[in-house]
Amino acid sequence: MDEFRSPDQEIGKLRQRVVVAGGFVFLCLCLLGARFFYLQVVRFDYFHTRAEDNRIAVVPVPPNRGTIVDRAGEVLARNFAAYTLEINPSRVEDLDATIDALAEIVTIDDYDRRRFAKFREKSKFFESVPIRTKLTDEEVARFVARRYRFPGVDVRARLFREYPHGELFGHVVGYMGRINDRDVRRIEQEGETANYRGTDHIGKRGLEQSYEAWLHGRTGSEQVEVDASGRAVRVLNRNTAAPGHSLILTVDVKLQRVAAQAFAGRRGAMVAIDPRTGGVLAQVSSPSFDPNLFVDGISVADWKGLNDSPDHPLLNRAIYSAYPPGSTFKPFMGLAGLSLGKRTAEQAIADPGQFVFGGHRFMDDKVGGHGMVNLHKSIVESCNTYYYMLANDLGIEAIADFMRPFSFGEHTGIDIPGESAGVLPSPAWKRARFRTAAQQKWYGGETISVGIGQGYNAYTPLQMATALSTLVNDGVMYRPHIVKYIVDPVSGARTEVEPTPIRRIPLKPAHLAAVRAAMVDVNRRGTGARAFAGAEYSVGGKTGTAQVYSLKGTRYREGEVAERLRDHSWFIAYAPADAPRIAMAVLVENGGFGARSAAPIARQVLDYYLLGKLPPAPAPASEDPGAAP
Amino acid sequence: MELRLHPVALIRALLRPIDPPLFLLLSLLLAAAFVLMQSASPERIHAQLMNTGVALALMWVAARTPAPRLLSLAMPLYLLGVVLLIAVALFGEVSKGAQRWLHVGVTRIQPSEIMKIAMPLMLAWYFQQREGATGLREFLVAAVLLAIPVGLIVTQPDLGTSLLVAAAGFYVIFFAGLSWRLIVPVVMVGVIGIGSIVAFGDTWCQPDVDWQVLREYQKQRVCTLLDPTSDPLGRGFHIIQSTIAIGSGGLVGKGWMNGTQTHLSFIPERHTDFIFAVLAEEFGLIGALVLLVLLLLLLLRGLVIAAHAPTLGTRLLAGAITMIFFTYAFVNMGMVSGILPVVGVPLPFISYGGTALVTLCIGVGILMSIQREYLQSQN
Repeated sequence: MDEFRSPDQEIGKLRQRVVVAGGFVFLCLCLLGARFFYLQVVRFDYFHTRAEDNRIAVVPVPPNRGTIVDRAGEVLARNFAAYTLEINPSRVEDLDATIDALAEIVTIDDYDRRRFAKFREKSKFFESVPIRTKLTDEEVARFVARRYRFPGVDVRARLFREYPHGELFGHVVGYMGRINDRDVRRIEQEGETANYRGTDHIGKRGLEQSYEAWLHGRTGSEQVEVDASGRAVRVLNRNTAAPGHSLILTVDVKLQRVAAQAFAGRRGAMVAIDPRTGGVLAQVSSPSFDPNLFVDGISVADWKGLNDSPDHPLLNRAIYSAYPPGSTFKPFMGLAGLSLGKRTAEQAIADPGQFVFGGHRFMDDKVGGHGMVNLHKSIVESCNTYYYMLANDLGIEAIADFMRPFSFGEHTGIDIPGESAGVLPSPAWKRARFRTAAQQKWYGGETISVGIGQGYNAYTPLQMATALSTLVNDGVMYRPHIVKYIVDPVSGARTEVEPTPIRRIPLKPAHLAAVRAAMVDVNRRGTGARAFAGAEYSVGGKTGTAQVYSLKGTRYREGEVAERLRDHSWFIAYAPADAPRIAMAVLVENGGFGARSAAPIARQVLDYYLLGKLPPAPAPASEDPGAAP
Repeated sequence: MELRLHPVALIRALLRPIDPPLFLLLSLLLAAAFVLMQSASPERIHAQLMNTGVALALMWVAARTPAPRLLSLAMPLYLLGVVLLIAVALFGEVSKGAQRWLHVGVTRIQPSEIMKIAMPLMLAWYFQQREGATGLREFLVAAVLLAIPVGLIVTQPDLGTSLLVAAAGFYVIFFAGLSWRLIVPVVMVGVIGIGSIVAFGDTWCQPDVDWQVLREYQKQRVCTLLDPTSDPLGRGFHIIQSTIAIGSGGLVGKGWMNGTQTHLSFIPERHTDFIFAVLAEEFGLIGALVLLVLLLLLLLRGLVIAAHAPTLGTRLLAGAITMIFFTYAFVNMGMVSGILPVVGVPLPFISYGGTALVTLCIGVGILMSIQREYLQSQN
């Protein structure tokens, strides 16, 4: 920093600095060149692979779910394509603002927002979550025109499940819902994770759940070239999806409708089975629910309505609720007496109107008794005393051992989930059921109650129908099933659900004939005669009344008991009597005496099934259906 | 110049201010820009054409303006720049967390851009005024002249531009002959600073560590450079994707218009700051080296002009402008290839963007003007 330098010196110094700068520039550019060499030559293979990975994505192609149709091909569950508006939260900065902006274009109500929040909690970070489903064409057009304003938001065509018959098959077909954590774990355990990639709904109930593996199909895949935003640019390679199998049911929509309407809003259940195959012809649980409500997430109001209703519409009474069988148990008891040699068909007892055991009086429902009663009369008139004595003579162990093969107290193995086993009482059952020694002890008086289908006895309508089918099918029991066969929609190959006899109970034809003859007379001149007056076919049956409210010795007078405490009404029936094609059990909760509520329902179902006759008009609930012809 | 509009004479008149080597190199670079733009963002070709036309015209105006007059513009331009920077600080528009833009009537301008030219011009003019008497006092004054606009730009905050403006001023001071005893310690501090960031980056980059001096987003940029994978979908994504693009180009590239990273939008800002990744992906190492050679030749031409410029002011100005070109190029390519932090610096003459192109071409025009001054002094 000499203040007296000559211009030449200055120029020399500057040129020196220019050379230094030039050298620095050259070095730095060489450094860059070396960096490029390192990236593009030394590590080329690595970066080449990275670029290919970037560009190529394997996208799952979810299969079309199989349809469900009744025995005549009437559709019970199908798919339809609808547009959904989906948000990928990982690509949206301000979710609330985005949703508010979207709400100006398409209708988004509070329900949609709550559902979005719920789905989002349960989804992975990078997954798209629907904010609106089933957009109208106009809404799609409005959104597409403004799509550029909404990165991370897209319209997708999705398949939705639809149940055209709604409530009618809610309990049988079930419904689908979004895959939750528990489903994910199960899918992982089954090694099906890859097959569920791209699928976000799964069967939750009924056939949708139990035949999930058939209905779902095989997920395909597409190798696509994607851009940085994940949008597919073109398809490089395709592995097509295999659509799910279709289910063809044994159920008949029209029969089901007749049966459901016959309940006319009353609580109860009905199961009708073809005794020759075990195929379920109709299965009603009343009240029912509309499975369509669940398809894209049920609203809080709808869920509360269903879940909090005192009528419990979500409960499948046909297979889950167990009721004391009441007198419908008597044909089976009578058969036990004959088969185990404790009675002959002709052998009669004297009925004084009561049976005294251990200081307790077991009353007959007919004051003064039925007089001399043999097996036939005991079933036709539903005499209790005959069965008090019979139960006492057989003993509880023998009764339980005889009844068990009829599926009493056991799962029938029906092909929808949620079946309960009911209760076949026995000393062993009591020991397992109760804690203290006093509770565990079996009392002789309890055996007497079991004899008339009361006490601890409790069976589902499905079990009653299955047991009756077995009885009228000469002891050959078929597994009850709802699916008749399964069809591969591509090859057309059928997988039959073969009627497999699960057991043959050794019963003597003479004994069966005696019991069945009595059951036919029940509807001719016994407790079912009024309901079946004028029937153009022969039909066997038995009424039953299950006590809800313990009377403690007083006589039961219906008018004095609150509706919910009234007896349950049972009716079991089969027809035609000589070669049965249908066997059924009907239960009406709090319906009172079996002949009055349940038997007319059975009549309507049989009239339709055997004669094609429809009831005149659905009877209002207030009318006494027993008065119908 | 006679008033005869004979075509040949007109062309000669037009070409008179032009320095052929510089113009040739510039044309090659601009041509490369069009080739790359066609692949990266064809819809911008038209705008690019307009920008180029305006930039070349302004280059021509600068080139035919005598160098002394250019230097005499230094003080007004500098003062204008400082006033505008203060205006930005007071009334500027906030965009992406930074206050950089100023609305002037219909358009908006970025006053920091003016400083890229005004700063070296001002310092060169100042040293020219003090020719033969450059002592410690002059260097201190120069440092103050440098610090005022740089400080204003840093607080916007715009780290990238403030570094470029600071560098522009520093180059003038460097060529003016600042003692090595002062330069070496500054460079040492820089090297040690960067070295220690690399060594201790992991602990410093914890989210709760406050760096005091730098803003959060600036800290983020440095940290992302140290470990791009730590934020693969955010800032790191840019560096990762651009290095993938460069590396997957290999020796000869994937071919023009065939870069998958480019055409599937994996390269961010592919028409502006990251356009080098497009070049490296589609034309490979060979393409990248050709660009480096073109830039090197341009820079060497600039330094030669600086070396034999007739006056101190023009020498300093030419040297500083050349080194600014170098800084743009090095910082940009270093960033895109992952050896420097992500700083918003365009690739000179290639990246899309009118403002930068105009600034750079005016710079070239100034070089040409200085070269013409030299030729006239030789005659």
